[in-house]
Amino acid sequence: MATREAGLPPAAPAAAADAGASTRRRGWLRRYPVLPMVVLMAVLFVPALFSDWLAPHDPYQSYLRNRLQPPVFWGGTWEFVLGTDRLGRCVLSRIMYGARYALAISLVGIVLGAVIGTALGLIAGYLRGWTDIVAMRLVDISLALPSVLLALALAAAWGPSFQAVIIVVAFVLWAYFARQVRAEVLSLRERDFVARARVAGASNGRIIWRHIFPNVVNTVVVMATLQIGVVILLEASLSFLGIGVPRPTPAWGLLVADGRQLVVSAWWISMFPGVAILLTVLSVNLLGDWLRDRLDPKLRQV
Amino acid sequence: MADRGDLLLEVDDLHTHLVTKAGVLRAVDGVSFQLYAGETLGIVGESGSGKSMTALSILRVVPKPAARIVQGRVLLDGEDLLKKSDEEMRRLRGRDIAMILQDPQTSLNPVFTIGNQIVEALRIHGQRAPRRRLLARAIEVLRQVRVAAPEHRVKAYPHQMSGGMKQRVVGAIAMSCQPRIIIADEPTTSLDVTIQAQYLRLLQDLQRETGLAMLFITHDFGIVAKLCQRLLVMYAGRIVESGPVRAIFDRPSHPYTQALLGSVPSIDIKVARLVSIEGQPPALWDLPQGCRFAPRCPYADQRCREAYPPEFRSPDGDPDHVASCWRLEEVA
Repeated sequence: MATREAGLPPAAPAAAADAGASTRRRGWLRRYPVLPMVVLMAVLFVPALFSDWLAPHDPYQSYLRNRLQPPVFWGGTWEFVLGTDRLGRCVLSRIMYGARYALAISLVGIVLGAVIGTALGLIAGYLRGWTDIVAMRLVDISLALPSVLLALALAAAWGPSFQAVIIVVAFVLWAYFARQVRAEVLSLRERDFVARARVAGASNGRIIWRHIFPNVVNTVVVMATLQIGVVILLEASLSFLGIGVPRPTPAWGLLVADGRQLVVSAWWISMFPGVAILLTVLSVNLLGDWLRDRLDPKLRQV
Repeated sequence: MADRGDLLLEVDDLHTHLVTKAGVLRAVDGVSFQLYAGETLGIVGESGSGKSMTALSILRVVPKPAARIVQGRVLLDGEDLLKKSDEEMRRLRGRDIAMILQDPQTSLNPVFTIGNQIVEALRIHGQRAPRRRLLARAIEVLRQVRVAAPEHRVKAYPHQMSGGMKQRVVGAIAMSCQPRIIIADEPTTSLDVTIQAQYLRLLQDLQRETGLAMLFITHDFGIVAKLCQRLLVMYAGRIVESGPVRAIFDRPSHPYTQALLGSVPSIDIKVARLVSIEGQPPALWDLPQGCRFAPRCPYADQRCREAYPPEFRSPDGDPDHVASCWRLEEVA
């Protein structure tokens, strides 16, 4: 794949870890996960922010005379670089606009889920007792509910919408954050620096916010990064099933779904959005791995 | 009687229980003592004798929900700390009574710089000054605990410092709000011997400079001899002997103290086997009716097994030297 051809190991963490000679020799190329960053930029961020200027066509515009045109290297034209779909809409433009939805849903959904989950995890883990029991049972309930079922219910109640997808995403994610954060708080609260803060007269709120939270922030950030991939896949599957973002919004999952009847003859309709999902999820995960190694306070320098 | 400062802290008949599945453990079972300004009071005893629990009870930071302070008074300036509200108590911790914990390796927050942690301690007690000024104060405190190059050290993270250095920082945090009492719970157990000696000297110097009183919990008689003026010996939740350190060392009056001192190995005398006290300390949920040391005591008789002995004056004639042992009744 692209990764191999570039001749760069995609995961820089290994390089970040062994400091010294090798780092100095290969410099920033080794220290930062350049390839995943570039791919993310190209596939997600730049299209999401600048598709108004960059996209060759309006994503909703049908060019009925150019229906099912193959991509340029498959005998198509430069006008529709990645071909057109059944209604003659430009696949490339639709993918580029789709990046907006992928980005918006993952950012808003993850931030919502992470904030709710982290707050509950911190409080439950620190206070223990009833608060903990109630919060953890809520987590169990949330984990036991299939996300697709929830999305189905929401779609049935309000009709499929962008906001419903975000709610589903937040609802699916908060429990993971709460559980992970609580587990770490359970061990952190027994640490001596918490005891020291207590004998120094710090209040509970202060201990949670100033002493425990900064110690779980790394985990939360890394988890959030790694969830982007999960969320994009979730959004795609919900849209694919027709209970996510409604048509004709060019969400990536919808684009894949749109082409599935023609996947043998007009494979490009499903293929390219699929590749966009793949590249995004892969790069985001590699970036998350790198962040995890990077954020270890033991490696932090003055 | 030796020269004494003012009475600072008085613990009166303190009882702290631990409620567990095995039953109620009487971890602290009627402990009373006084702490005077400027003195160092040592508490020695085996693990589980209630030393740390006594210290935690004074600050009311016993591990909840298992531990409960059920009875007694802790008087600071004549005010009972056990009757204060949680909020009053919180404000008092660190400001009036500071505590140094056992392990400096873990008692600093790994994600903050040393400077930030000292600044935080100052902020908790309402010092509302610009960060730069508080940082300057942090540097000053670090200098006070003899940390070299404190201007650079404030920017360091805990993992960049050695154990001895970290313990000094912990000391600096405890000192930062100028408390009147410092409770040190085995602050040197995780340091090696040379660093230990340095640290103890530092504590002595600080005490001389600031006149604070120190409650020093340890199981090392060497430290007691070097640092403390008075000593409490605890066994199974009670104080069995107390008095001036010299008097206790010269003439230990409770069989337990005698056995403890007897088990300290000496460099000068070679022995094939180190001396130890036979048997185990009693289970705290099933204490013997009489003297708690009776099952291990070579002198125990019927009376010892039946009733707990009151405090008797030691035969050495020092009025402050008392021990709870029936054998002293005959001598007196």
